[in-house]
Amino acid sequence: MSSIPATTEPVDVDRRSRTDARHDALFRLLLKACALLVLAALLGAALSTLWGGREVLFGHGLHFLASDAWNPVTDDYGALAPIFGTLVTSLIALVLAVPTSFGIALFLTEIAPAWLRGPVATAIELLASIPSIIYGMWGLFVFVPFMSRIEPALNDTLGRIPLVGKLFQGPPIGLGLLTAGIVLAVMILPFICSVMREVFRTVPTRLKESSYALGSTTWEVVWDIVLPYTRSAVIGGIFLGLGRALGETMAVTFVLGNSYNITSSLLMPGTSISSSIANEFNEAVGTHRSALIALGFLLFVVTFVVLLIARLMLRRLARREGN
Amino acid sequence: MSKSIRTAPRRGLGLSLLAAVVALAFGSSACATDITGAGSSFVYPVISKWSAGYAEKTGNHVNYQSIGSGGGIAQIKAGTVDFGASDMPLDEATLAKFGLGQFPDVIGGIVPAFNVQGVAPGKLVLDGATLADIYLGKIVHWNDPAIARLNPGLKLPDAKITVVHRSDGSGTTFNFSDYLSKVSAEWKSKVGEGTAVNWPTGIGGKGNEGVSAYIKQIPNSLGYVEYAYALQNHIGYALMKNAAGKVVKPMTASFQAAAATADWAHAKNFNLLMTNAPGADAWPITATSWVIMYKQPKNEANTKVAFDFFKWAYEHGQEQARSLDYVPLPDSLVQQIENYWKTEYKQ
Repeated sequence: MSSIPATTEPVDVDRRSRTDARHDALFRLLLKACALLVLAALLGAALSTLWGGREVLFGHGLHFLASDAWNPVTDDYGALAPIFGTLVTSLIALVLAVPTSFGIALFLTEIAPAWLRGPVATAIELLASIPSIIYGMWGLFVFVPFMSRIEPALNDTLGRIPLVGKLFQGPPIGLGLLTAGIVLAVMILPFICSVMREVFRTVPTRLKESSYALGSTTWEVVWDIVLPYTRSAVIGGIFLGLGRALGETMAVTFVLGNSYNITSSLLMPGTSISSSIANEFNEAVGTHRSALIALGFLLFVVTFVVLLIARLMLRRLARREGN
Repeated sequence: MSKSIRTAPRRGLGLSLLAAVVALAFGSSACATDITGAGSSFVYPVISKWSAGYAEKTGNHVNYQSIGSGGGIAQIKAGTVDFGASDMPLDEATLAKFGLGQFPDVIGGIVPAFNVQGVAPGKLVLDGATLADIYLGKIVHWNDPAIARLNPGLKLPDAKITVVHRSDGSGTTFNFSDYLSKVSAEWKSKVGEGTAVNWPTGIGGKGNEGVSAYIKQIPNSLGYVEYAYALQNHIGYALMKNAAGKVVKPMTASFQAAAATADWAHAKNFNLLMTNAPGADAWPITATSWVIMYKQPKNEANTKVAFDFFKWAYEHGQEQARSLDYVPLPDSLVQQIENYWKTEYKQ
């Protein structure tokens, strides 16, 4: 250092800071471009589905949203049955997957011995990496025959209960909304579970220890300390799973029965937005194709509305907590 | 200086490699023409097999993409492929508007397939009216008098029929629904025909394999699949009473009988479905797909190869078609197609 003449130093610093500033500006621009690219892709996809489906969305208007008809021969399309199937199967999946993932995540963070945590956590992450077509094949060849064997029993037990009984009365064919919901539950469980496990681990030990010291049971610690502390992340994880359930295609197509029905029974076959598109797009021309693209746009809208509800819920929770 | 000496041989190598690649590319294109086709998935297996055999013989490759009939029609209209293949014939107006012609390529049969405990394949007999009533949801039990009347001596269970259909748009569904429209006025007015229809009842399986899987798994189910799938999956298939009132078995001879007795001579541009064919031995749900090509070739060399390919397939591809459980066109029909080529196409 000492060999460098002192007089050159200010010039060097000046030049360096100028290049640094230029690089910073360039870097900022690059980052901004990356972020904008995501927005542009999203907007492009939404607009192109809107454009592709314009014939049905604007030509048939409300009829498309309110009708449960789906007749390619007369070109009469309504999106109600696919929307119904999408929402019902996703709801069943959530009802089953959320408590189960909650239990698994709690067990892994609070109760399980240390040597068991690693292998089980890895197994769950592996479950998340199985392609959906494999779930579909498992559903069709293993789970559907199993369901068709237990569905008569469902008819005779749950099907007898007044009011909810209607949900469980139907032909014992193994395919249908319930089966699709259960397969979806297995598929989204690892996503919800790994998020929950990660955030449960961030709860400070000292909070939990204090609660235990005050005489709380494990359940009380979980319900009053862990869950409130991690609430927003847990809800985020649940909606991540829901997002996947709404858009899942192949596995659902295999086990849903693919029939344009709106029924009161969960054992009846139905259809979903994504499986309708996957099924019919190949051979669809003209209005039929437009109707399927419009369905794609509706899936966008449904997912968007669901995410919006999640955001509103989180905001209300935050306000109630006073943050 | 030293730098340029070091890179010179490398550049030389690169150039010679490039030259070799260019020579190879030109060399192969000089003696072989690659043509492309797209469309119906129904003919995909047999065209692939023909393509391999044809390439061995002539060195010309036929690249066929199974993107669905709708896609095939769109591609040939756009002129991006040398031929399209569709399970549905194009109508007169469309052909004239785009300057296209069409001709059948191969025959396939569609069979009602069932899974009923104690009823062996080929033991069940159905007719068009009964099949239509089952798919309309009017006949719901296997021991319905309408089915029992066709099957004296067969013990059918008092069980509900689970109707299985295709969930995807397909030529199989098009031909099946066309057959039901021909034999049942009620089906024609309520449902009609199309690659996908508004099914009054039943569950949908994706593809022939999906329908086959459902039929195998669901007891007391009834569906329709391509003949090859029923054979390969060992599913029970039914016999049909045809338009002539005779009970026929699905097999090569009865499919060919349908193709031979269908009234091709009066069908302009081969615009005719073979369902409910009049012949005494004709299988009632026989289908074909159509090759669609420009009458005024967009690319003369490729079009020439395409015609040569189909000529070769009619003459030498019969064994290959049979090995995949397709049925080659009967000679009388091939004769008509070759006449059609001469009169309609500029070669």
